[in-house]
Amino acid sequence: MSTKIVDRKPLSFFENSYLPTLMSGLKVTWKHFKKSALQGRPLTMEYPEQKWVVPQGYRGAPYLVKDQEGSTKCVSCQLCEFVCPPKAIRITPPGPNGAPADRRNAEKAPAEFEINMLRCIFCGLCQEVCPEEAIFLQKDYSLTGESREEMVYGKAKLLQMGGTHGGIQKWKHKLEEAEAQEVFPVRTN
Amino acid sequence: MNLFDYLEPTTQFVIFSAIKILIVFGVTMTFVAYAVLAERKISAWIQDRVGPNRTAPPITKFIPILGPMLVRLGIFQPMADGLKFLLKEDFTPAYVRKVYFWLAPAIAVIPAFLTFAVIPFGSTLGNPDNKMVIADLNVGVLYTFGIVSLGVYGIVLAGYAANSKYPFLGGIRSSAQMISYEIAMGMSVVAVFMVVGDLNLGAVVQYQAKHGWMVLHQPLAFAIFLIAAFAETNRLPFDLPESESELVGGYHTEYSSMKFALFFLGEYAAMISASAMMVTLFFGGWTLPFLSEPASSLLVGLLHIAIFIAKLVVLLVVFIWVRWMLPRFRYDQLMDLGWRRFIPLALGNILATALVLAFISP
Repeated sequence: MSTKIVDRKPLSFFENSYLPTLMSGLKVTWKHFKKSALQGRPLTMEYPEQKWVVPQGYRGAPYLVKDQEGSTKCVSCQLCEFVCPPKAIRITPPGPNGAPADRRNAEKAPAEFEINMLRCIFCGLCQEVCPEEAIFLQKDYSLTGESREEMVYGKAKLLQMGGTHGGIQKWKHKLEEAEAQEVFPVRTN
Repeated sequence: MNLFDYLEPTTQFVIFSAIKILIVFGVTMTFVAYAVLAERKISAWIQDRVGPNRTAPPITKFIPILGPMLVRLGIFQPMADGLKFLLKEDFTPAYVRKVYFWLAPAIAVIPAFLTFAVIPFGSTLGNPDNKMVIADLNVGVLYTFGIVSLGVYGIVLAGYAANSKYPFLGGIRSSAQMISYEIAMGMSVVAVFMVVGDLNLGAVVQYQAKHGWMVLHQPLAFAIFLIAAFAETNRLPFDLPESESELVGGYHTEYSSMKFALFFLGEYAAMISASAMMVTLFFGGWTLPFLSEPASSLLVGLLHIAIFIAKLVVLLVVFIWVRWMLPRFRYDQLMDLGWRRFIPLALGNILATALVLAFISP
């Protein structure tokens, strides 16, 4: 059979006196005591003062980003709102008479964009689904607030926290193409 | 001549004793509080942690360099702990046996403090009659053993009063453990008193001042006493009555707030009194090889007390250190060690001591 019976050797008189165990215990504890008390190198990371390095690809809180020219990338398509499993995202589109997007040629920008950070599960589906590369899970992992309202982050706050994320600038590119169409002969390069 | 000398000797004695009791009690309580801190700090260091390092009363802001250092060492932690214990809700579960439930913490803590009465913690202070021992009993050690064995009642009663299974198991274990180790402890000390020829603890100290520390005369007795002291005070590796991992918390599972704090106090006070006993019996009490005459001046008197306290602290550190050296004993191993090894060893030690005293060095 596969059962293997390990025979235990009877302890010698010396081992039975508990002295070897005591000595090895003394050695191990002294080693650790020396390291953390005398050399001042405990393993503890004292959290608020010392923080660990957040690894690349970490899924922290989702924030909206701006493009390299400082305009909102989100076009209020509401895909992230639909895909969001805990329904943490809520977008208010500008509507027929709303303000235009803050960059040329983009159709829309959200009138309001809210993420309820108490509902958010940091799954990253919004980032994955976004056709505009406008929302990214960033490195913040410790969000705090004093009320539930405070934990619902609005558009201004999300944009401010998100910072800039450069990209291909799809709409600007399309605009340039359209403008090039106006000139004859067609530019070739 | 001052006003004090006009009083009758009895009144003088009463006043002196009252002052000594107050000071010893205060110092012991402080020691208990800081023994807890030392335990936490040393445990933390041995486990590669930092330990309590945040408690900072507002005054520390005004102390320039020393303040943050003290905070880092957790010097203010015991105060916060004490305050917390005082302010916590004192919860009494509905199913406990109320009278015993209230009685048990008191019974657990009182014997631990009573032991200090007979321990000579210094030579003399001021005039030569002013001995630094609260009660200079001729049968000091009998008193100690009598009182120490009362300590188990608090724990057994707590286990019974809680009326639930884990505390009950803890109480039973504790009673069995303390009773078996008390015998070994008592027997180990018999050899010491055979050598000294007196049961007065002051006389033991005097003997050691003349003939060298008792730990050199009676190393086996010391080893047995030390290990039995660990078992008596429910310290690891013999903390079976508490054993957090299997009995939840043992006898004090149902206790909260100040009642729990009393058990805690009692445990550490017992640890300190056991250390004090060891210092007195085996490490020359307040004497050092070159400082063994009773004090002639106030300064030397204070120095003797400091020597006693220093020895005590070393033993306390040993107590704390050993906690992380050995894993907890299994129950049958504990009983085996107590009954089948220590008691025969202690008896053999008594016999050997008697033979040596009778035939070699009378």
